[in-house]
Amino acid sequence: MTDTPFVQIRHAQKAYGELEVLKDISLTVERGEIVAIIGPSGSGKSTLLRAINDLDPLTSGEVILEGVQVNKQLPHRQYEKHINEMRQQIGMVFQHFNLFPHLTVRENVTMAPKLLKGLSSADADKLAEEQLAHVGMSERIDYYPSQLSGGQKQRVAIARALAMKPKLMLFDEATSALDPELVEEVNLVMKKLAEEHMTMIIVTHEMDFAASVCDRVIFMDGGVVVEEGPPSVVFQNPTQERTQNFLRKHLAQYAEGAK
Amino acid sequence: MGLDFSVVPSYADALLLGVIWTIAITVASAVLSFFGGILFAVIALYAPLVLRLPFRFFAWLFMGTPLLLQLFLIYFGLVELGIDLPAFVAGVIGLGLHFAVYNSELIQTAILAVDKGQMEAARTLGLSRGQALVRVVIPQAVRDVIPPIGNNMIALLKDSALVSVIGVSELTLSAQLAIGRTYRPFEFYAVAAVLYYVINLGMEAVLRRIERRTQLSR
Ligand SMILES: Nc1ncnc2c1ncn2[C@@H]1O[C@H](COP(=O)(O)OP(=O)(O)O)[C@@H](O)[C@H]1O
Ligand SMILES: [Mg+2]
Repeated sequence: MTDTPFVQIRHAQKAYGELEVLKDISLTVERGEIVAIIGPSGSGKSTLLRAINDLDPLTSGEVILEGVQVNKQLPHRQYEKHINEMRQQIGMVFQHFNLFPHLTVRENVTMAPKLLKGLSSADADKLAEEQLAHVGMSERIDYYPSQLSGGQKQRVAIARALAMKPKLMLFDEATSALDPELVEEVNLVMKKLAEEHMTMIIVTHEMDFAASVCDRVIFMDGGVVVEEGPPSVVFQNPTQERTQNFLRKHLAQYAEGAK
Repeated sequence: MGLDFSVVPSYADALLLGVIWTIAITVASAVLSFFGGILFAVIALYAPLVLRLPFRFFAWLFMGTPLLLQLFLIYFGLVELGIDLPAFVAGVIGLGLHFAVYNSELIQTAILAVDKGQMEAARTLGLSRGQALVRVVIPQAVRDVIPPIGNNMIALLKDSALVSVIGVSELTLSAQLAIGRTYRPFEFYAVAAVLYYVINLGMEAVLRRIERRTQLSR
């Protein structure tokens, strides 16, 4: 079974009515691999990412995690049980954090492990302390999200996802909603996860980050994968014209912004 | 003939007892209307049609007919069906369900207004839809409608005077009994009004405190 890919997406298609958002996408991700998905807005990056944990179900195609199909066709009840189990193994971080505002930082982190894994309060507290230390948020453990900066919120959201001990982490523009000076603290946490060989699929428009952290870059446009390869190849010697155009625009913008 | 408040003190005990009953029936009905409101909101939004349709009818009944009539129906009407409720219980059920329907309307709107990302984040962690509703969505919806629910509870306090007609010896009935003995309607109704006002101030203080407590959690 060693040749079974860790994550496998096969012939993923997604349409909203007439609008085809994903057009027959197939790709694999190996265990421990860190993959960046880049591409213009509206190209289907979020839709693809959200199909992996079946948050946006595919119209057709398969998502397979460690040989188990995530988006299995099952009777409603069985599907619910199955998908809840699968999702426990797949962490997700959103652009707008989506922390639970009515719960403290500690409760945000402990809720799911307590509820779904039956952790005792003491064990859950220990887990929260560990996970929050990992993202540098120990001092704010009893704060409410409303008392945190955007960067701090996102770090807590990462800790909340990690507390379920996922096998795979999905990031959908985790730093796009942050003020520029808060981006780095979140990037540092993601780099740390990369060093620990967490498997990650990262939708981002930060080319620098993708180049320095990711093993592979996937460029999407118009619902298809236009080009993929190691960052050195995709960023320095892209073969497709669409990739070249995108990068020219994006890197120019980036260079201008950096001045 | 002039006003004479000197007769009031000799009825102080009866009036105080009336105040206690008014508070008791208001608190009991408020609790019922709060949890009933959450339950009704969940039924209205998520229950299967076989539950939702009778519920619609029931909600219409409670919103579209006079509360006084509902109290009569529960207290006198149900006796014919062999259900003989004590007046206090009938009053709590009537007031509680009536305001539960109003609270439910508020909570339904608030549930639908909770950011979709909240349900998504909860589902992503592996919570079922039901777990996400109970742990994540409903608490935020309820938090968001504390002020208008508070207004409903003030209205409930005032409407609690209606249960005097089924013989719950709350403040209004206590005042009426005293008037029956003394023929001093202005004095006792005025004193009762002041007492309602004081209970009202107390309720508002409690509501403000609850609101303040939820300040950080938004
Ligand atoms: N719920 C939806 N209904 C209709 N169209 C949608 C919906 N969600 C996304 N889309 C469309 O799908 C396309 C891809 O969106 P998305 O995956 O969010 O792109 P990206 O993340 O790359 O910016 C866009 O054209 C978007 O308008
Ligand atoms: Mg997107």
